[in-house]
Amino acid sequence: MPITASKTSDRVFLAGLTVIGALYLFLILAMLLADASFTTPWRMWEALGSPEIRYSIKLSLISCSITALISIWFAVPIGYIMSRFEFPGKPVIDAILDIPIVLPPLVVGLSLLILFQTRVGKWIEDYIAVTYEIPSVILAQFSVACAFSVRTMRGTFEHISPRGEQVAMTLGCSRAQAFWRIALPEARRGMLTAATLAWARSLGEFGPILVFSGATRFKTEVLPTTVFLELSVGRLESAVAVSLLMVIAAAIVLMIVRIFGAPKTI
Amino acid sequence: MIAIKDLSVRAGAFRLDGIGFEIPTGKHGILMGKTGSGKTTILEALCGLREPIAGRISFMNKDVTHLPPALRGVGYVPQDRALFQTMSVFENIGFALELRGVPQAKIDSRVHELAGWLGIENLLHRSTRGLSGGEGQRIALARALAAKPDVLVFDEPLSALDEDTRAEICDLLARVREHSNATILHVTHSKSEASRLADIAFLLADGKVERM
Repeated sequence: MPITASKTSDRVFLAGLTVIGALYLFLILAMLLADASFTTPWRMWEALGSPEIRYSIKLSLISCSITALISIWFAVPIGYIMSRFEFPGKPVIDAILDIPIVLPPLVVGLSLLILFQTRVGKWIEDYIAVTYEIPSVILAQFSVACAFSVRTMRGTFEHISPRGEQVAMTLGCSRAQAFWRIALPEARRGMLTAATLAWARSLGEFGPILVFSGATRFKTEVLPTTVFLELSVGRLESAVAVSLLMVIAAAIVLMIVRIFGAPKTI
Repeated sequence: MIAIKDLSVRAGAFRLDGIGFEIPTGKHGILMGKTGSGKTTILEALCGLREPIAGRISFMNKDVTHLPPALRGVGYVPQDRALFQTMSVFENIGFALELRGVPQAKIDSRVHELAGWLGIENLLHRSTRGLSGGEGQRIALARALAAKPDVLVFDEPLSALDEDTRAEICDLLARVREHSNATILHVTHSKSEASRLADIAFLLADGKVERM
């Protein structure tokens, strides 16, 4: 078979790749530009001044930060175990850990709602009100965001050779000391990435919160709920203003991850 | 003395059985074998990083088969050096002493003594990133020697070095043998390394260790 390589065929190939890539890039930028051109900074500021929206901003910031912290506390040990140890049933546990990522968001919310209707759930509710209250917002965000953090932390630990911990153990460390003194400091960039991703993921969480927490103003309203409520009453301008706020937050998160985050973990 | 008797050890699907050899106290023992023959698996069992299925490992006539790595008194220099990335060179070398609660003045003195001896004084306050292969190897060696272990274990310490550095580090390992009382197990597949350093040499082939 004759060799068909030529500079022209290379150019056609590269042009094809570029056109496909550029189309998707155009779609993303066009969406953002459409949002930005729909309103002015002044009108956006005005919309953000309403007490309801201020409450949802405050609740979003606080709940996302708490969710990110809790996610890290769970993701670090789970990621470490999954990356360092082999044990029976590991593939099954691996699949279970990914369930929140692939489950439809509304189903996550419904499952949480049903969970808190069981005997265990009701027992918890006897001590702390969860369903349709602020804790339900955090729990709904955590259920999904933690799965992303676990994936990130697992990738982080898989990129750190266990050899350093092994040397530390021969030098006098227990396994726990080797983890705290060697593995964890080396995983700090991954931890930042995992926390930031959990924060960003929580900020956009809507389905589980709508089902499990409701959409009550001055109570369980977070930013995606605001977009939904404002749209449902026809205040498109306010919905766009809040959406732009979330776009800005997402851009900041992306920058943090790109600058400080662990390479190759996401 | 390092004594291994009837050792069975597994690494995934790979398994070694009936492994046995002895290295007299203060001697430099070389274990040779092809890549994938199981040298590192034996070495990990010796360090306590891999639990044996059967057999006995003893250091200076003390059974260490089931002791955790921390209590074995082994100075381990792995093939990739595995320097602690978030610590300075000084902290790497002083790490074993710090774990033992040695006063800071004594840590300083020991670290400087080793650094002077190994020619790395100028690196002490640097990070471990961006070091040359030879520098990394010297630091890994200093870190392993700091707590004056009875047993030193080298896993192909010269394999990732260029020819000039290899000769330098080879000389250094010979000096380690002269200056420390430690018994050394040195894993390699290089015949020249073995002939230069070995007091006693073994070959691991087809799952069996034979004296060379």
